[in-house]
Amino acid sequence: MKIAKSVEHPNYIQVFATFAKNSLIRNMMFRTNFVLESISSASWALMNVGFYLIVFEHTNSIGRDTGWEKYEFFVFLGTTWLINAIVQAFFMPNAEEFSELIRTGGLDFALLKPIDTQFLVSFRKVEWSSLANVLFGLVLLAYGVSHLVGRSTHPWQIEPITWLLYPVFVFCGVTILYSLMTCLAATSIWLGRNQTLYDFWFYITNFSRYPSEIYETGWGLPLWGIFTFAIPVLVVVNVPARLLAQPLTPRSPSEWALAAYTLLATVASLLASRWVFQRALRSYRSASS
Amino acid sequence: MILRIALEERLVYRGDFALGTLMRFLPIITQIFLWWAVFQSIEGRMAGYSFEDMVAYYLLSMLARAFSSMPGLASTVARQIRDGEIKKFIIQPVDLIGFMLLGRVAHKIAYYTVATVPFALVFFLCRGYFTEGWPPAIVVGAFIASLVMSFLLGYFIDLCIGLIGFWFLEVSALLFVYMLLNFFLSGHMFPLDLLEQPWRSLVDFLPLKYLAYFPAAIFLGKIPQDRLAFELAIEVAWLVAFIGLARWLYARGLRRYSGYGG
Repeated sequence: MKIAKSVEHPNYIQVFATFAKNSLIRNMMFRTNFVLESISSASWALMNVGFYLIVFEHTNSIGRDTGWEKYEFFVFLGTTWLINAIVQAFFMPNAEEFSELIRTGGLDFALLKPIDTQFLVSFRKVEWSSLANVLFGLVLLAYGVSHLVGRSTHPWQIEPITWLLYPVFVFCGVTILYSLMTCLAATSIWLGRNQTLYDFWFYITNFSRYPSEIYETGWGLPLWGIFTFAIPVLVVVNVPARLLAQPLTPRSPSEWALAAYTLLATVASLLASRWVFQRALRSYRSASS
Repeated sequence: MILRIALEERLVYRGDFALGTLMRFLPIITQIFLWWAVFQSIEGRMAGYSFEDMVAYYLLSMLARAFSSMPGLASTVARQIRDGEIKKFIIQPVDLIGFMLLGRVAHKIAYYTVATVPFALVFFLCRGYFTEGWPPAIVVGAFIASLVMSFLLGYFIDLCIGLIGFWFLEVSALLFVYMLLNFFLSGHMFPLDLLEQPWRSLVDFLPLKYLAYFPAAIFLGKIPQDRLAFELAIEVAWLVAFIGLARWLYARGLRRYSGYGG
């Protein structure tokens, strides 16, 4: 008992800062590669915007009476890129590495460290080049918002509270995606190897990339239910984007209910990921050597 | 012989394969919902497409992509050039271009023997979206011809990029640009008819449209029947041009090739 108390807890923030610094150094070692990767991820983003520009040539909103017009939707798209880029920068490389650690038995070393294992394996690497897309998302956001505020017919009034809540819900979105990714990565302990991790991730998050109204029809409803309540990826982008873009004025009361639910879902999914991770660790048997 | 080896190699993991093919239709589901919402707000047609046409278009372009996409071809060729593995084609009486082509044919045949089931299933479930039913026989013929040619065109374009490896050794950046343009301009992402002028005409001049848009457009009757022969002839011309380019690159490349590695 005494020994346990005397063990000093590491300063998690400091440890994370060191991880981030090391990753930056490693990224900067291959500078051309870094630039190329930034460009390539940004060009995917640009292509995506191009697609929606074409769509909005032919229609003025996505869905009838949903209020997702061009600039509102740019805010949505900007939020999507922002959240996804944060996840890709901080968690994607770690999730991939985690599967590899399990396969090679390298996880042993992580388990021995006097630090929370989930923290260690989820924050070890930072992929700085993905932050190009964070920047891109912010530009798109600024562009959309400035149009909405500056337009002549009912310009948006953005209340100060919105600016406060938006980052909170972006953070919630990132946390939900992180939890999902941790759960997916942890399954590789049981499966030995998880090649389809990437695919599966792509297919699931694909559902989060569109306004939830598009699922409000016939057989879209079960999908809406599953991806709101069972795997809450639909609220990830929708809640913060809706908060900022305000496609509907006045806001419908259900928006606040959904926002409150998002907070709940964030906590629940974080706990779930913790539980899955620890269950998975218990069945870990070291490999090789 | 080459065909058989490749076939057997592919059929080892057929279960995984069929499932993977089905999974590939998943992103289309969200696309369909998106278009449904868009069509709700415009009430009518968009650039000549109804909602049903749009769904049918995505399914057909998916089919065309299954013919024309050559995963890993260019990077394999470039790698073989880099590690010197390509030497075996110089000393053996086997032609690289022909050998690789047969390998790909086998790959596609194997792919289809397994993938037909999920493809047929999805098309059967979505038959309601093909409002016109089967097009006339001549159109079906042109459709099949365009699919076969999209396979060949896809193969030769990819091969050319790989063969550029004789000069640059590393083609991944080039390949990425090609992939990006291909995704956007082949019609994989959206029907090319949605583009405004002058982009529409520009895309019409590029060979990329034959890889996804063209077969789907034929099937949906977007191309008038009296123009079919003409359009197909242009595709043949592109195909011949790329075959010529690949031959020329290969011949020139071999001459400056120095055979690295052991």
